[in-house]
Amino acid sequence: MVSAQLTGAEMVLQAFEDHKVDTLFGYPGGAVLPIYDELAKGKNSIHHYLVRHEQGAAHAAEGYARSSGKVGVLLVTSGPGVTNAVTGLADAMMDSIPLVCISGQVPSHLIGTDAFQECDAVGITRPCTKHNWLVKDINDLSRILHEAFYVAASGRPGPVLIDIPKDIQFQTGTYIGPETIKHKSYRPKLKASIDNINEALKLIVKAQKPIFYTGGGVINSGNAAVQLLREFVRLTGFPITSTLQGLGAFPGDDDQFIGMLGMHGTYEANMAMHDCDLLINVGARFDDRITGKVDEFSPNSKKIHIDIDPSSINKTIDVDVALVGDVAHVLEDTIKLWKSNVYKTDKPAVKSWWSMIDKWKEKDSLGFNDSKTTIKPQFAIQRLYELTKEKDTYVTTEVGQHQMWAAQFYKFNKPNRWITSGGLGTMGFGLPAAIGAQVAHRDKLVIDIAGEASILMCIQEMSTAIQHKLPVKIFIINNQYMGMVRQWQELLHDKRYSHSYTDALPDFVKLAEAYGAKGIRVQKPSELDKGIQEMIDYDGPVIFDCVVDENENVYPMIPSGKAHNEMLLGDENEDSEISDEGKVLV
Amino acid sequence: MESKHTVSVLVDNEPGVLARVIGLISGRGYNIESLTVAEVDAEAHISRITFVTLGNETTINKMISQLQKLVPVKKAINITLDKQGIEREMALVKVVATGEKRVESLRLSDAFRAKVIDTTHDSFVFELNGSPVKIDAFIDLMTPLGLSEISRTGVVAIARGSEKL
Ligand SMILES: Cc1ncc(C[n+]2csc(CCOP(=O)(O)OP(=O)(O)O)c2C)c(N)n1
Ligand SMILES: [Mg+2]
Repeated sequence: MVSAQLTGAEMVLQAFEDHKVDTLFGYPGGAVLPIYDELAKGKNSIHHYLVRHEQGAAHAAEGYARSSGKVGVLLVTSGPGVTNAVTGLADAMMDSIPLVCISGQVPSHLIGTDAFQECDAVGITRPCTKHNWLVKDINDLSRILHEAFYVAASGRPGPVLIDIPKDIQFQTGTYIGPETIKHKSYRPKLKASIDNINEALKLIVKAQKPIFYTGGGVINSGNAAVQLLREFVRLTGFPITSTLQGLGAFPGDDDQFIGMLGMHGTYEANMAMHDCDLLINVGARFDDRITGKVDEFSPNSKKIHIDIDPSSINKTIDVDVALVGDVAHVLEDTIKLWKSNVYKTDKPAVKSWWSMIDKWKEKDSLGFNDSKTTIKPQFAIQRLYELTKEKDTYVTTEVGQHQMWAAQFYKFNKPNRWITSGGLGTMGFGLPAAIGAQVAHRDKLVIDIAGEASILMCIQEMSTAIQHKLPVKIFIINNQYMGMVRQWQELLHDKRYSHSYTDALPDFVKLAEAYGAKGIRVQKPSELDKGIQEMIDYDGPVIFDCVVDENENVYPMIPSGKAHNEMLLGDENEDSEISDEGKVLV
Repeated sequence: MESKHTVSVLVDNEPGVLARVIGLISGRGYNIESLTVAEVDAEAHISRITFVTLGNETTINKMISQLQKLVPVKKAINITLDKQGIEREMALVKVVATGEKRVESLRLSDAFRAKVIDTTHDSFVFELNGSPVKIDAFIDLMTPLGLSEISRTGVVAIARGSEKL
């Protein structure tokens, strides 16, 4: 179809079809009724998943997008519908997840009159979307819909929003197919300059203490990028570390992988970042969780930065060679040049670099004191990993200590299997994200590694899981505390645990049952494996209440305002002074 | 070192584009000293936004690359860094005075090549074009002579020579 006369509501669904969208997360309301009416007519093949809160719709769309590499789509009503979705849009903005959010708006003639359920949706979402549109003319709608999918998915991906007044949904106008529409100015650059790549290769050839530091950009770039990264890392033999978002791009159980870096990264990864003479950043953004104290970040290294977003270059850390482009495109050219010039690395130097790294590894920085009587949270995740690693498991998380332990102890060998809220750090993300991932992968095991506090923030989505027969498993690391808050209060506020005890918790087993799911509670290490197996084997949603040691902290830890080589390794060095300057950081 | 920088931005002239540009600047903690905006290509629907902000070269560069990330932004440059940049502003200045002061204000306005565009027995409205520095100087001189009201357009800027933004 190149053009046709359709109503606005029909156009929305036609555009979904044209962009191969078959999945929609949403919640109805007055201002989107015409679109819901179209859904009811069943003329299309779109599956609509009714959530229980619009924040859930946005996170579910994120989980769907992150786990499948496709664009996530949500549909919400005006006013509270769209304000509820804001957290999810902001989350997707921070973690570069492609979403298209369609929001209903009051009819055009009522805009600006404080009409019932009116809010300035484009105004409110402007800073937390990559771009947004208010549709003022039915004949602009098809162009805007196509632009929206294009902008969301290209360049550095992100969420976009289209606000459609109700009268426009009813009007008839000309729908033009996506083939003929091109955005008039937005053209992200995909390939880096060959001269710059050659500059980078010169540094790589000379490097004596090199390291790859990779991030979510590799995953966003897609499977080709993942394969090319693996090839290049193996060609060079260099060590590789990853950010939270990049986990799975390189196999987590590979010998060249030295663990996650940053605030709760491994000792060897952070020490290597600090001491390296060449840092190759592939699709990461020198986030403050990664750099620690900026002036002391990797002080002696040359830095190469591959990023599709030019504004990431020199934003917080100045680099020597910037390769602006898509990871897959840049790595493809890099490997080609590497091979055609028969480049070689400085093998003896790299070998002694590895022996330094191996020394650091001996610290066993993820080690913990296991117990026979109480379940240590780290142990719980180790067991969960061991019992699920043979399956192609998708893991989402909430936010807190459990999230960091999951990142440390669950090893990902494939991209898109790890779905976590990194940039915004949104409690309540994990359950709806798991629902989205399960929708995209009906037959796979999907687990939300949760905290008892976080899970209550979007617990209503249990109903969604039941209604749509999505057998997500919620594995609650129940430490009775907002553990991450308690850890900071312990380290920075003289153990004054102000409001971080999670009092009056529900009985999670009964809660599961109330929703029509299965509840499992385990309190002893000896019963853990049996419980986990029961969870895996159950055909339906499960809430697993894993009661763990209340006092564990996440280590290693780079305290706020400190450099990579000032890591805390365990409880014994807890009282190292944190400066006032450090205390103000988050 | 912090100093004033004039930034020119070419944007698709679509609804909300100014809010987007300004929102980004304020959202990232910068201040705007002056701002002008108008469509410069009616056929292609392109507007030019010019603003003056305070900062050092590095922070302005970062601001510019953030601006370039906005979908409707086509180009953004720091005109101040371009040594050839020309900056102009227009001001309307009302002076209320009689006698000696009135005569003196008229005499000075002549030196500045300001135009008198409205006169009453006890007031003038002057129209003045020039660099922001020149306008500041004019205002300083008028202050003791009965300056009553000022309206300024804010800076517009363009690079010299044949090169195009
Ligand atoms: C929506 C939201 N509110 C507040 C916070 C601040 N915060 C970060 S971690 C955390 C505690 C999380 O507790 P829990 O889910 O039990 O996880 P734990 O740290 O105990 O593993 C809080 C309150 C947040 N990240 N998100
Ligand atoms: Mg907890």
